Amino acid sequence: MNHLSLIVRTIVAWLVTLTIVFPLIWLFLTAFKTELQAIAVPPELIFTPTLENFHEVQARSDYLLYARNSLITSVLSTVIGLALAAPAAYSMAFFRTKKTKDLLMWMLSTKMMPAVGALVPVYVIAQTAGMLDSLTGLTIVFTLSNLPIMVWMLYSGFKEIPPDILEAARMDGAGVWGEFVHVIRPLATGTLASTGLLCLVLSWNEAFWALNLSSANAGTLATLIASYSSPEGLFWAKLSCASLMAIAPIIVLGWFSQKQLVQGLTFGAVK
Amino acid sequence: MQLKASLALIFGLATAVAAPAADLVIATVNNGHMIEMQKLGHFFEEANPGIKLKWVTLEEGVLRQRVTTDIATKGGQFDVMTIGMYETPIWGKKGWLNEIKADATYDIDDLLPAMRNGLSLDSKLYAAPFYGESSMLMYRSDLVQKAGATMPSNPTWEQVRDIAAKIHDPKAGVYGICLRGKPGWGDNMAFLSTMVNTFGGQWFDMSWKPQLDSKPWKDAVTFYVDLMKKYGPPGSSANSFNEILALYNAGKCGMWVDATIAASFITDPKQSKVADKVAFAQAPVAVTPKGANWLWAWALAIPAGSKNVDNAQKFINWATSKDYIKLVAKEKGWAAVPTGTRKSTYASPEFLKAAKFAEAEKKAIDTANPNDSTLPKSPYVGVQFAAIPEFQAIGIAVGQQMSAALAGKVTVEQALATGQTAAEREMKKAGYYK
Amino acid sequence: MNRLLPRLLFAPAVVSLFLWMIVPLVMTLYFSTVHYNLMQPGEKTFVGWENFAYFATDPDFAVSIVNTLVLLGSVIAITVVFGIALALLINEPFPGRGIVRVLLISPFFVMPTANALLWKHMMMNPIYGILAQVWIFFGSTPVDWLTDHPLFSVIVMVSWQWLPFACLIFITSLQSLDRDQMEAAGMDGANPLQKFWFLTLPHLGRSIAVVVMIEMIFLLSVFAEIYTTTGGGPGNESTNLAFLIFKQALMNFDVGVASAGALFAVILANIAAVFLIRMIGKNLDK
Repeated sequence: MNHLSLIVRTIVAWLVTLTIVFPLIWLFLTAFKTELQAIAVPPELIFTPTLENFHEVQARSDYLLYARNSLITSVLSTVIGLALAAPAAYSMAFFRTKKTKDLLMWMLSTKMMPAVGALVPVYVIAQTAGMLDSLTGLTIVFTLSNLPIMVWMLYSGFKEIPPDILEAARMDGAGVWGEFVHVIRPLATGTLASTGLLCLVLSWNEAFWALNLSSANAGTLATLIASYSSPEGLFWAKLSCASLMAIAPIIVLGWFSQKQLVQGLTFGAVK
Repeated sequence: MQLKASLALIFGLATAVAAPAADLVIATVNNGHMIEMQKLGHFFEEANPGIKLKWVTLEEGVLRQRVTTDIATKGGQFDVMTIGMYETPIWGKKGWLNEIKADATYDIDDLLPAMRNGLSLDSKLYAAPFYGESSMLMYRSDLVQKAGATMPSNPTWEQVRDIAAKIHDPKAGVYGICLRGKPGWGDNMAFLSTMVNTFGGQWFDMSWKPQLDSKPWKDAVTFYVDLMKKYGPPGSSANSFNEILALYNAGKCGMWVDATIAASFITDPKQSKVADKVAFAQAPVAVTPKGANWLWAWALAIPAGSKNVDNAQKFINWATSKDYIKLVAKEKGWAAVPTGTRKSTYASPEFLKAAKFAEAEKKAIDTANPNDSTLPKSPYVGVQFAAIPEFQAIGIAVGQQMSAALAGKVTVEQALATGQTAAEREMKKAGYYK
Repeated sequence: MNRLLPRLLFAPAVVSLFLWMIVPLVMTLYFSTVHYNLMQPGEKTFVGWENFAYFATDPDFAVSIVNTLVLLGSVIAITVVFGIALALLINEPFPGRGIVRVLLISPFFVMPTANALLWKHMMMNPIYGILAQVWIFFGSTPVDWLTDHPLFSVIVMVSWQWLPFACLIFITSLQSLDRDQMEAAGMDGANPLQKFWFLTLPHLGRSIAVVVMIEMIFLLSVFAEIYTTTGGGPGNESTNLAFLIFKQALMNFDVGVASAGALFAVILANIAAVFLIRMIGKNLDK
């Protein structure tokens, strides 16, 4: 009985996953096609792959520079963001006051204004501060954009920790730091990891600010993608290739943080 | 104290000596010719040591927003901007651009008059044309022949409709005619503006009142919607240049009226299945030939207040010169040179041999005049747009309505009425009249 | 000590957010009351409510609000329901679960513009798109997605992008579900549906709240997908509030009206938030 349900579940899970991921698989295949093959009707599943798009992307854009900038801004904004958000979430989760909920709502409301409405004010500020086209400026913008989300997610994650464990630790004489290191962190690794991953991805994909606040030097992979979309002429193969090259680092990172996630998750389930 | 001072002096000298080359930041569109310019940029750097080119390439709409925001807030992010015939008159009038100073070998009289005029104010050139285009009819000679018809070199819309009817064969996967439909002032409205022009209409009359409620607009849009419903491909209301290019290259379109630059793509065997089956005619006319084909140029300009004016002038002179065109010809062949800017290009026998579309393209460009593109007199400059800042928002609002009419969601009358209201609203707000 | 410590802990976050919010917000408030068009540099004259009136009397205003809310509600509903379903499906181990997890999360990594172009050309085009081929395979005429169902198409694109996020949150949350409690309930005779309704769902309450709140924030400002695919849709069928603001800010370069529009968006967001909080608010305080 159990064996049958395992087989059924496996098949269903794989079918559903492949259906959902199909557009991405198509993107992957298209990156290895010529432009003519990419627009073929009916679509070609079997074709001779070519690396010409990768050559083109390499020759035309400084992929490594953009990747480096993306990496720096995303990682830094995630780290700084976690450093700012974790204590805040911690205090809000474990030292609740009447004002806590209002504070949380206010934090979230700072994100409610569509970025496009704030473009000119932020552009003018950035220009006055000399932060246009600088990695510092971008990192600051990314961090502040993602901070409310991180506080919310960490707060929610911290609240799932059963309070009796904390009580026990406190009674054992652990100070705040000890509490954090020995009790919270192991139990909340999953939340920390998923919050960090989310912030990383959000910064990685942040296109609006990256495009508008950078020019020659601080462009990220988002600007790389932008330079391949909708030119005059066939471009889907090249765009697929550029997208693949933009996603690749994150997928690799995601694969490795998978282990972290799993570790954190199994820890969480153990009593 | 003295030690510190001398250290500072040495450090300062060292950095001054080791100062990096001057960076020239160029914002450009991601079209093929500009990418080519980027790839050939090292030739310029080799001839001008001390200048390093930095590129920002973006899609047309995003680029326009980016450079406009920068130039209007005096952000100073770019030394050279790629702008079109729409921005040049507006920005030139505001004094936001530096005049282009042609050097000794530039031969400014070689520029095609239409291009030069479209980018100048008071005979001062404010942006140097990099490549130019008009619009024309590109049709499948094999399909027209098979249907026993002939395409005149200056067809009327009636004739085009009749031929579309003859070659329309959806079961074989061929649609009579493909035209733009995606909402946008540079998408469907670029094409529709020329259609309205040739049916005798205009965007604004001399007192700046929008004319969408006029007869020529109604005739043109009704004709367009009817034509596309009968002989157009599905999904037209989301199709712009690239989507139709993909269809055409896959052999699905019998006819296409669009930018002349499309010709270089559809005749390229590397990306088109019908490369050797394409022929060209002038854009169809109706009541008047005025404004039937549009005029557009991508040009390089220098924002006022740039700190790098001399280097920028050098670069622009290089990139829009006769020698540059010869360079591209040498590196990539004559079929890949940026066209539509200079008389000498069209006088070159190698170019004429490599580009089957050269003659039709030149004829189209020569007959386009942004200062006289409508039958009734107009207060604005521009064939497929009105060179006023308000036009972008008006264009997309009207474009949305036209797209809705094409999709059959509203009637043509409703679409025009809604468009008229939207246009009047914007014009009133901008203070053209109370 | 007890009062000071929490304050110290959240002070850095609060202060930086305050600055980040306050300065652009104040500038936006200021700009919304003056006439400020980038293309008409000159004195910024005070115009009071005029910008707001202009934005609100746009013929597409009411439709854009409806479209925004429909987009919001649909994507949230789709991602929460399917997210929970998927998380439950892969909760128990099975061969290849690790790979499946990475695969399921991957659509989230694709940039919104690339995502939009991918769907528009490769999937939804009625002539050469994949979906068209599937329809033809089953013998019916392909659906012209972007023309006939523009808002729905945008909803599909955006849901596809956000499903992985919801899934990830729910997967994380499910892992801390009390196994012993589940087993005890099973032994007491509860069937899977009851176990889900009375044990799993309440446990997921907080993470559902997180997903809803976060998605709400991002979905309110969706416009890259719309701009790239439908340009606002035939007519105004896929125009949302962010698109209207974009029209004013980056087509008209009218900073005054765009700022007014941005404030409208904030008001709408707050209303939606209050409404959503009421629906799931209890889960915040548990």
